[in-house]
Amino acid sequence: MVQLLQQMLVGTVTSLKIFALTLIFSLPLGVLVAKGRMAKNPIVSSLVNAYIMIMRGTPLILQLIFVYFAPYYILGASYDRFTAVIVAYVINYAAYFAEIYRGGIQSIPKGQFEASEVLGFSKIHTFTHVVTPQVIKRIIPAMGNEVITLVKDTALAQTIGVAELFRVAQNASARQFSTMPIFIAGIFYFIMNAIVAKSFDKLEAKLNYYN
Amino acid sequence: MQIVSVTDLEKGFDGLGVLKGISFTLNKGEVLSVIGPSGSGKSTLLRCLTQLETVDKGTIEVCGDTMVSTDDKGEVRYAPKNILHAVRLHFGLVFQNFNLFPHMSVLRNITEAQMHVLKMTKAEAEKSARELLVKMGLEDKEKAYPCHLSGGQQQRVSIARALALNPKVLCFDEPTSALDPELTGEILKVIKTLAKEKMTMIVVTHEMSFARDISDRVIFMDDGLIVEEGKPEELFNHPKNERTKKFLQRYE
Repeated sequence: MVQLLQQMLVGTVTSLKIFALTLIFSLPLGVLVAKGRMAKNPIVSSLVNAYIMIMRGTPLILQLIFVYFAPYYILGASYDRFTAVIVAYVINYAAYFAEIYRGGIQSIPKGQFEASEVLGFSKIHTFTHVVTPQVIKRIIPAMGNEVITLVKDTALAQTIGVAELFRVAQNASARQFSTMPIFIAGIFYFIMNAIVAKSFDKLEAKLNYYN
Repeated sequence: MQIVSVTDLEKGFDGLGVLKGISFTLNKGEVLSVIGPSGSGKSTLLRCLTQLETVDKGTIEVCGDTMVSTDDKGEVRYAPKNILHAVRLHFGLVFQNFNLFPHMSVLRNITEAQMHVLKMTKAEAEKSARELLVKMGLEDKEKAYPCHLSGGQQQRVSIARALALNPKVLCFDEPTSALDPELTGEILKVIKTLAKEKMTMIVVTHEMSFARDISDRVIFMDDGLIVEEGKPEELFNHPKNERTKKFLQRYE
């Protein structure tokens, strides 16, 4: 039992790495994608829109397989499985985050932009000091959903053979002829997501000082 | 001294003319009220002056700078960016629905532009912001957030925010239209005080008695044109134009 828990902790660390790295890269990338989606240039916006449609319209598991195997079949080059997982997750999640950001930005009343303009704020200052703080408050519930989904999506990494938590549990399950390890894994995911949900609640409460 | 001069200003939205050739001047220390029915182009006029809209035709000169001009061929030319920025800061604009920054305290709503645009230090900005709050009777509200203030208080903060940049001309776009009738008085009082201090102002308003009270000059606009212009006592008591008469009758 102790050995099993130890193995599962190692798997959990891998899952957490996937989780953290995906967030680190996809959160800022989503801003660029949202900007591209809202670009006045029709070529840019439709290209970005096509990318978002593909990311949202096909299964993540398929994208994962594609990202890992496509370079091999096309270029004959293979690369690290873990890197492939991060790349696939980052481009997938950036698309979802971008749409959430876009919704948030477009929900900011026009008057906020006009007041900033009349006061002589630069575009950058308006974005960083007027728009972004208000957008963050508005998108927290939607972002919470997405981040919780990401915790569970890390389980898909096993598709291309990355030994994250769920894979470790499945292996143990097969060895022991018991489903117990899988249920334990379930508890692990639940605890991680409880922490995520709690953090989002705290953030939401912190930004509750204004309406 | 003339500080704003507008000539033959035209502006349309999707081919629909909203301003159809507006010309007027504004002198230093003068209070100009703009009245007229909804859709007559009053707000659009203010929005053209404050560069929230680009004009289709015409010339606007502010404090000796040409903000926008139109040549004989009808080509509209805006000044270079640095001049446009300077001209923008000559105007303060008070919006109908305040447009305060909800995530900033009252004090920061005022100091944000002073620090970012005028490059004042935090201490300088806060000192001047506090003085403005005293003037607006809001000295105990500097830590409050806009959502905790009444409409009248919010509008007074937004007047302070506009004044914080020391504008040459303060523009009001129906400053009391979003307020309960009992709250309009406090805003009108503030504007009256500013008029006494010889602040140059353009006030778009539906408050006729107020316009009559504070203005040095009144412009009546209808359908994108200035129909009549004159001293308040003339325009309100002896309107010459039929349309002005009809409009004013509704307020009696």
